[in-house]
Amino acid sequence: MTEAPPRSHHARLRLKTHIFTVLVVMTSVSGNLSLSFGMRQFGSLVSRSPMAYVRAVFDPWVALGIALLLVWLAAQMALLSWADLSYVLPVTSIGYVLSALAGKLFMHERTSVWRWAGIVLIVAGVMLVARTAPHRSGAQS
Amino acid sequence: MKWLLVAIIAVATTVSDVLQAAAMKSHGEIRDFRPGALGRLFALLVRNRLILASVAVMAVSFFAFIALLSIADLSFAVPATAASYVLETVLAKYLLREPVTLERWAGASLVACGVALLSL
Repeated sequence: MTEAPPRSHHARLRLKTHIFTVLVVMTSVSGNLSLSFGMRQFGSLVSRSPMAYVRAVFDPWVALGIALLLVWLAAQMALLSWADLSYVLPVTSIGYVLSALAGKLFMHERTSVWRWAGIVLIVAGVMLVARTAPHRSGAQS
Repeated sequence: MKWLLVAIIAVATTVSDVLQAAAMKSHGEIRDFRPGALGRLFALLVRNRLILASVAVMAVSFFAFIALLSIADLSFAVPATAASYVLETVLAKYLLREPVTLERWAGASLVACGVALLSL
């Protein structure tokens, strides 16, 4: 079978990119939230023995967080197989905004004016980068 | 202590991301998502040195991250780990030879500033 026409190839690539971007963002936000929830109950790890880290990994919330981060890893690797790192990083940073909002909603962390300003800047940055083609070449492949 | 952990996380994340991107770039676009093909892909990737190195560095970053979470809020920890934004974009351009256009520089810089503000 010969190469699909460029137009459908681009449309397909764009769709794939969108699906995997959403997957990367959702798994990283929920994974971090779960880790944070677990570690908050666990107490400080700093200046404790290495065994404390091992026990932390078996906390149910931390374990769930690790499982979600494994999915995140797989999704990000797939995404990086066709999209540039300089595209993937800024675009998936929308996750920081969701994490901040999740921290506010579920962990009752405060959201200062500075944080809101940060959220606005990130959204603007993501919109800028998302306008560029995800792949290094419109030409090759 | 907080900022030492942040520094470890930032450096380890950067190295891990660049190694991972280099490995996946040389593999090329994943097109086949059927379970058999994904299984073969997994077998291929776990033997890839760049991927193994990336995962090892990511483990360092992960344990530093949960240590940080045990002493700081999620909304401090997550933004602080993103201190590596501009550095990663520079490495993407010069090491991975990606076309970093003006829009991408501007976007990455805005994100970096925004992320820094988030940790305040």
